[in-house]
Amino acid sequence: MTTTAGTTTAGTTTAGTAVAEPVRSDRTAALADRLRRAVGTERVLTDRTQVRTYECDGLANFKVTPAIVVLAESRQHVVDTVRLCAEAGVPFVARGSGTGLSGGALPSADGVLLVLSRLRTLSPVDADNRQVTVEPGVINLWVTRDAAPHDLAYAPDPSSQLVCSIGGNVAENAGGAHCLKYGFTVNHVLGAEVVLPDGEVVHLGGRAPEHPGYDLLGAFIGSEGTLGVATELTLRLIRVPEAVQTMLVGYSSVEDAAGTVSDIIAAGILPAAVEMMDALAIEAAEAAVSCGYPEGAVAVLVIELDGPRVEVEAQFAQVEEIARARNAFETRIAADDAERALMWKGRKSAFAAVGRISPSYFVQDGVIPRTKLPEVLTEMKRMADEKGLRVANVFHAGDGNLHPLVLFDDAVEGQAHEAEELAGDILELCVTSGGSITGEHGVGSEKRMKMAKQFTPEDLDTMQLLRCAFDPDGIANPGKVFPTPRLCGERPGVRKGEHPVQAAGLGEVF
Amino acid sequence: MTEITPGSHDQGDAPPPGSPGASPNVGPVRDSVADLPAGAPTGAVRAADEAPSAVVGARRPLDIGQDIDLPAGTGAATVGTSTLLGLPSTRQAVQPAFDDHHPPDPALIGDCVHCGFCLPTCPTYVLWGEEMDSPRGRIYLMKEALEGEPLDDSMVRHFDQCLGCMACVTACPSGVQYDKLIEATRPQIERRYQRSRAEKFYRDLIYNLFPYPRRLRALRGPLRAYQASRLGSLLTRTGLMSKLPGPLMAMESLAPKLGPVERVPERTPAAGQRRAVVGLLAGCVQGTFFPDVNAATVRVLAAEGCDVITPRRQGCCGALPGHGGREEQALDFAKRTIETFEQAGVDYVVVNAAGCGSNIKEYGHQLRDEPEWAERAEALARKSRDISEFIVEMGPVAERHPLPMTVAYQDACHLAHAQGIREEPRKLLRGIPGVELKQIAEAELCCGSAGTYNMLQPEPARELGERKAAAVLATGADLMVTANPGCWMQVATTLARMGKRMPVAHTVQVLDASIRGVPVEDLLERALTGPGTALARAATSDG
Repeated sequence: MTTTAGTTTAGTTTAGTAVAEPVRSDRTAALADRLRRAVGTERVLTDRTQVRTYECDGLANFKVTPAIVVLAESRQHVVDTVRLCAEAGVPFVARGSGTGLSGGALPSADGVLLVLSRLRTLSPVDADNRQVTVEPGVINLWVTRDAAPHDLAYAPDPSSQLVCSIGGNVAENAGGAHCLKYGFTVNHVLGAEVVLPDGEVVHLGGRAPEHPGYDLLGAFIGSEGTLGVATELTLRLIRVPEAVQTMLVGYSSVEDAAGTVSDIIAAGILPAAVEMMDALAIEAAEAAVSCGYPEGAVAVLVIELDGPRVEVEAQFAQVEEIARARNAFETRIAADDAERALMWKGRKSAFAAVGRISPSYFVQDGVIPRTKLPEVLTEMKRMADEKGLRVANVFHAGDGNLHPLVLFDDAVEGQAHEAEELAGDILELCVTSGGSITGEHGVGSEKRMKMAKQFTPEDLDTMQLLRCAFDPDGIANPGKVFPTPRLCGERPGVRKGEHPVQAAGLGEVF
Repeated sequence: MTEITPGSHDQGDAPPPGSPGASPNVGPVRDSVADLPAGAPTGAVRAADEAPSAVVGARRPLDIGQDIDLPAGTGAATVGTSTLLGLPSTRQAVQPAFDDHHPPDPALIGDCVHCGFCLPTCPTYVLWGEEMDSPRGRIYLMKEALEGEPLDDSMVRHFDQCLGCMACVTACPSGVQYDKLIEATRPQIERRYQRSRAEKFYRDLIYNLFPYPRRLRALRGPLRAYQASRLGSLLTRTGLMSKLPGPLMAMESLAPKLGPVERVPERTPAAGQRRAVVGLLAGCVQGTFFPDVNAATVRVLAAEGCDVITPRRQGCCGALPGHGGREEQALDFAKRTIETFEQAGVDYVVVNAAGCGSNIKEYGHQLRDEPEWAERAEALARKSRDISEFIVEMGPVAERHPLPMTVAYQDACHLAHAQGIREEPRKLLRGIPGVELKQIAEAELCCGSAGTYNMLQPEPARELGERKAAAVLATGADLMVTANPGCWMQVATTLARMGKRMPVAHTVQVLDASIRGVPVEDLLERALTGPGTALARAATSDG
């Protein structure tokens, strides 16, 4: 038998309580019926118990219960869902594995959450052209796994690569430890099939490495689901480098570790990755995965070089020398893949591992100029001390991408608020130091208010013009990225007169 | 060049073959991993329509003969459809969901940071790709319940669908003790939620039969007679088998071939110098359906210098009812097991079934409320060892004779995930001259047996079984080795249903053969056709 989702189980209960009707409005109730007819009853969830498990993504302190969850299994399901949402004027939010750290997949209340985790086909790897086409729910690591037999790999490697989806990576323009050398997701997507917010299917980019005209694919990548939903992505694969060498270096001071990073780059060496962890982050990683990092280290660097063997060997010696000159007290070189994996395991599990040394924490993501590392860290420490909080630091030191983890105890009254404030202050510190409010996690729900710190109202309005070109009704992931949700054509309160872009004859209000 | 072109969404949306809309049955059986979808660890959907010509130059790979079937049952577990084979929903909403007797601990729930690292190793998430059938989602459901949401049909269903394989415990970087959480949740369901009459009947049948070796033994006679007759084939051929209720059908198909029982003496002296006195937990299913394994265990232990005591009056250790949420029954069994081995006066209790081993190691936690038992429970837990763990710890001394063959070692979840024992059995197997180990793909993924799961949730269990069987076959190994009767039955019967046969043995049987110098051909022959192996009946109840 089938209990149709949405027909609520109001019945006898031991305590005599009926289940609350989950559908919030007539509008969504009617939409749920139409969706069931279009994509199948079993793919449309409205049962309160079930939809509540989709309240948040990897950022669990923002929660919104969606009215409807659609579990799409084909492009057609995505098209049908988006088109029905557009017809009904109901907002939709696309979601992959739900591991994002900025609340980018936070549902819209009274809206549809379009789950793409079942769209997980990888087509066979096109080894000659070093490409592969995948569906958005495919897990990042599966791409490299399928490419490996051809000596190929997918370069972007966020720490959550074994669970995060390619669709989510594209939405947030995900980075990873190796983007210092290889670039972000935007550098590795050749083409995308996109369902626009009115249900139309378009192709951005293609399979050739470069395309003339406006880079709409570039605009789409990192747009956090506000321009449409990708249903298929063609990815660039890289050759697995001939040689990879990894070292783990322990320091007694953060300044020395940071100085090493700058010295390496100044010497003209471009490592595949340079990662830094401070004492607290090391403690957490040790507790979680026993990675055996140097004892007593105030900071460690994980430095990886890859490329032709001869080059790697020569540069590796050079890096060792630079580290020594910066007072490294222990340098370990990974003898084999297992040792290298252990060095990385400590780094990659650091976020979640912090759960072992603190009841709660915020993961922050900001960028600063690499050379400002020591002073920003000192200032951050001062700010944390002032609030009586601890901050663990994990970062992609090579490109100045910080991941401060603000630790707090939510059982202590008011501490969560203090921590949130500190996390916000750290971002402002990044901006005033000449950096940015996000390196790779995206703006999402969490940082949209900070966009006003980084951009002028005119900048933001210009971005709105682009968004409105794709989504004039503002139904695709509304309430994300921009500080104030605004309808297309609506004039922001702070600005008087004509939009500067319009005045210059460069654009129009949609 | 970059183009934006209108899409082709008007070109139809035929359900892909094998999808629930297309066929209610299992998709075609695949012969090897090479035939598995390129999207490997998951099932996948074929793109339903053609690509427009917008893409520069090349053909889209999806057009080039990719034909991927959606795993049967995708969606079946989702919304309303009851997976318990059409048993009716009970339409309850128990509130509050949990009572005060050990509800899931909010502090343990708080350890989950919602990172999602557990998702790819969760068998049900791999099958269905939905949040509420993932560890993270189930923890979220527990949290909802603690916050006041009722224990309703859908919540119960998603807890029931958890195999309890604990792969998520291995995967979790935050150290969330999902094992403690789900084990606290299940008794709440059994106590507070009223199952439908039919489901209650099947559960009572299972839990009043399997944990009782004597009742199981009583069943051996009729079952052997049934197996000797051709009734099973007849039922299958006439289609009557498929008319049996699902759990019965599952039980019928899982019953392994029975042979004469090799009696294990109550006391077996050590060969040579005595190094330890150990007790053997004979187990209920292991002892009845796989008596060879117990006999082999005793021989190996004796050869390694142990006096082996196999107490006559032992029963189920409580694993089966415990993992099913039948707390009272489980605790009774635990107490009896504790008494039995206290009286036996042994240094160690050796267990050769992974599920039982992990349960006994939890005795201290299970009996924490009962002052007269807590310490004794903890003491027994400390003495308990899996057979492979024990031999490695002691250091093997008996001479190994060569067994030139390739072996695919399948990790039992309750050994690898629940007890963290992965290296020891491999080390012992590699210690046999001539044995070459083959890696099974997706080793961390449960085979679907999971205690009583394959009887209570036959559909997902079957899909997982086929996945595992295909992965095992793809190794091309001469022999599959595992350390749990459930995994053995599950994979062996799945292979038989697929029309494939492969020798299967317990780790300790391989060690025994090596120590006794049994020729490799004899070992493989017995592992293919001897007791415990699947009945070859290729035409199947689901075909």
